[in-house]
Amino acid sequence: MSLAKPDALGITTKQKVALAVGIVGLFILTLALFNTNFPNEGLSLTAALGLIAIGVIMYSREAYLTKLEGIKNDGQWFKSISSRGIWGWTLGVILTAFYIVLYFYPKYLGLGQGVDGSNTGLISLFDPLSQLLSGRNASQWFVYGTLYTLAILAFGYKFILKYRHNRYQQIRTFSVMFFQLGFAFLIPEFMYVMNNDLPYYDLKSVWPLNYYLFDEWSVNAFLSNGSIGLALIIFGILSIFVITPILTYKYGKRWYCSWVCGCGGLAETAGDSFRHLSSKKLSAWKLERWLIHTVLVFSVVMTTAMVYTYLGYDKNDFWLTRGVFISLVIGFLTLVFAVVMYFKRQELGKDAKAGAIGYLAVIALLLIMHFTGTTEHVFFVKGGALRSAYGIYIGSIFSGVIGTGFYPILGSRAWCRFGCPMAAILGFQQRLFSKFRITTNGGQCISCGNCSNSCEMGIDVRHYAQKGENIVRSSCVGCGICSAVCPRGVLKLENDSMKGRINPTEILLGNDVDLMELVNQK
Amino acid sequence: MEHIVIIGNGISGVTTARHIRKLSDKKITIVSTETDYFFSRTALMYVYMGHMKFEHTQPYENWFWEKNRIDLKKGYVKTVETKSKTLHFADGDTLKYDKLVIATGSKPNKFGWPGQDLDGVMGMYHKQDLDNLEKHAPNNDVCKRAVIVGGGLIGIELAEMLNSRSIPVTFLVRESSFWNGVLPSGESEMINRHIKNHHIDLRLSTNLKEIKADENGKVKSVIIEETGEEIECNVVGLTAGVSPNISFLKDSGVELGRGVKVNRYLETNIEDVYAIGDCAEQHEAIGNRRPIEAVWYTGRMMGETLAQTICGNRREYKPGHWFNSAKFMDIEYQTYGWVFSERNKQDYEQHFHWKHEDDTKCITVAYNKDTNKFLGINTFGIRMRHEVFDRWLTEERDVDYVMNNLPEANFDPEFYSHYEAEILSAYNNTLQTT
Repeated sequence: MSLAKPDALGITTKQKVALAVGIVGLFILTLALFNTNFPNEGLSLTAALGLIAIGVIMYSREAYLTKLEGIKNDGQWFKSISSRGIWGWTLGVILTAFYIVLYFYPKYLGLGQGVDGSNTGLISLFDPLSQLLSGRNASQWFVYGTLYTLAILAFGYKFILKYRHNRYQQIRTFSVMFFQLGFAFLIPEFMYVMNNDLPYYDLKSVWPLNYYLFDEWSVNAFLSNGSIGLALIIFGILSIFVITPILTYKYGKRWYCSWVCGCGGLAETAGDSFRHLSSKKLSAWKLERWLIHTVLVFSVVMTTAMVYTYLGYDKNDFWLTRGVFISLVIGFLTLVFAVVMYFKRQELGKDAKAGAIGYLAVIALLLIMHFTGTTEHVFFVKGGALRSAYGIYIGSIFSGVIGTGFYPILGSRAWCRFGCPMAAILGFQQRLFSKFRITTNGGQCISCGNCSNSCEMGIDVRHYAQKGENIVRSSCVGCGICSAVCPRGVLKLENDSMKGRINPTEILLGNDVDLMELVNQK
Repeated sequence: MEHIVIIGNGISGVTTARHIRKLSDKKITIVSTETDYFFSRTALMYVYMGHMKFEHTQPYENWFWEKNRIDLKKGYVKTVETKSKTLHFADGDTLKYDKLVIATGSKPNKFGWPGQDLDGVMGMYHKQDLDNLEKHAPNNDVCKRAVIVGGGLIGIELAEMLNSRSIPVTFLVRESSFWNGVLPSGESEMINRHIKNHHIDLRLSTNLKEIKADENGKVKSVIIEETGEEIECNVVGLTAGVSPNISFLKDSGVELGRGVKVNRYLETNIEDVYAIGDCAEQHEAIGNRRPIEAVWYTGRMMGETLAQTICGNRREYKPGHWFNSAKFMDIEYQTYGWVFSERNKQDYEQHFHWKHEDDTKCITVAYNKDTNKFLGINTFGIRMRHEVFDRWLTEERDVDYVMNNLPEANFDPEFYSHYEAEILSAYNNTLQTT
């Protein structure tokens, strides 16, 4: 710890006022949490959310609009909150605690604790807004969704100011704000108003990120709602099998991860101050590859098992029997595996072996399931147990508690990087079948490390840039910050032809052309 | 096994080591007194600014060296005995080599100013300079004002660094406009304005007379040569260029000029002794290049070349088209080919200059006014593709072709505004009026 604190870290009087305003807003929410009865809940809620938003807006304007346009990372490794200091850890603990309560003990937020199951505490504070939007009382998820949306909007505004010289960043941020507010927050509420039997469906949340989409209750609810329900579930299937590969082919996985996705949206806005905390070590990359693909396998097997358990044996009931279904899944996986091995075997190198092991493991699991499964049990446990294990360990603990609660410790994309099965699928497509890459500008890299430092996905961007090699990595979400912070104009996110996309070189542009030819042809 | 010893763990020495390892099994030792591991010198500024920690400036993780069997030795080489092929260290240690690579880089220039060695006076080159700055200028309570002497790339970076901690800066530049020995006037003047927009007290055509000390031998103020004005300050940054760091070689028999004299094969006058990077001086300059090139990229290229020679494929250092880049506060700068300042350009070199109205973007295109051949481009605030300009230079395109095809060279991020149409119409207008 530096004893003499760099003065640049001090904040201006205006920023102190802004912080105070925001804290008053948070304080109102805290009071509600401890069951303070506000006379006018609507007004109190408006005040709380409004003050938080005003605080962030004031703070950001003072931070960025008082200076010339440019990169604004001064002191990010000095500030306690953004360098795993005491404030960083404090924030991490508070966020983690919030997520634990949210997922596992919503009653402490006041869910259904009043007379006749009405809400009290924090959740009841949100009742007026929920009533306004969909005519029902709030749930813990409504509270969470509102705060989540507020965070993306307020910190999105901050991010837009921070990068006001960079239109890619501005448009991208506007996009995540739009999708969060519209698709994740408002549209599902309006859909409920139009047809309150439909399950909550955030259209942009694609399986397997949206792991409950194909749950029995969800599918039944869709199917019992006639053509609109059927259309929605068909859209859900098309999303992952048709829309996703096409868009990823054209633009890379960024179209989803840093332009549309809600998890990504939060990471890019509220999480921006923590992006540099992700580990760039080779060991972290190794862990990442095992972890994220394990989660993907888990999620594929879990979903298959879920669907499998509620499909009847009776052919007359429905054409899709267990046998047909399991054959479809195995057939599809085999097709993907065969295509990849045929076209991309060379490119994959050693990873081909890991991929083959993964593929065989999944197929083996599915076959075991099929031949040992009964009407009630798969893998000798109740079908529902597998699903709830996934929901608790992956859906709640990994993505929520660790993914977001640990922002100030692990960086803003721990879930996206280590856990998200959707990111794994998109990354797989991006690495093998996409026009997207980050182009390196000839020999201009000075190995400074700003790119690697600011990569929220923990990619050692410099490792490629200093070799003059394009960055084609499955984990890259295309946020574009490496390109923004590069002081030498070396990196550019591009969609271009597949040919020459991966271009490892030994000697960089600018040296003796004969030498380059000699060495690079090997 | 042949033992290759490299003195200096900067980009030149480390590039040599890496490529020797790729090509051979030779024993490799890198000697440095500055740091344990290779770091990017150009990134030191970002450590002080808090963008990164020092460890982030290291391009390779610490396990990299052992894994690649590159030995690292920390120590200060006092003398080199070329007859017995032995290095003598300041602590009395010795090291034998079969082939020696001198890659010791530069040290900041000092021009004999009174007070130049006082406490609080520093260059901005070594890791130790960074530590020193952290000590003397941790914030604007301890350092009420800093004075920077010398208007080049390091000077403006130091100004940006101090500015990031809200320390007032007075920036003394000998020339009548920032870096105008290198930059054409339109660009140089734009950077002057940009510096001032950052509330830096830029003093052009101003020289340092002396640095004064307080009773503790610490910097108290500087005196300006021209006016005699005294400026109170706590830190003085000396950034008036660098020169080769080779004093330890003066009795070694290795031929020295300003730097270590080398031929095109980067060989010195003594067999099995080579010099590369900032400290090497070509007997005769290569093309328009300077005999001593103190640039990141050239250091790297020399390392790439020398590794071939050491591994039995003797090759000339034959760099391709000149390129370089820098960043002036918020304005990025790239150059491809040759664009000279008014002071240094030949008669045949003509410039087309365009500047955006926001005063943060401009380009200067140099061409031969007799043949129309494109010579080079300076670009500020607009990123351009190295590969495209390298190709156009090889193809010896004329300036019209370059101006009409500028969009192909654009490297700005997606959705950025494009200025090529505006640039082209400005270019066509100039042609009509001349």
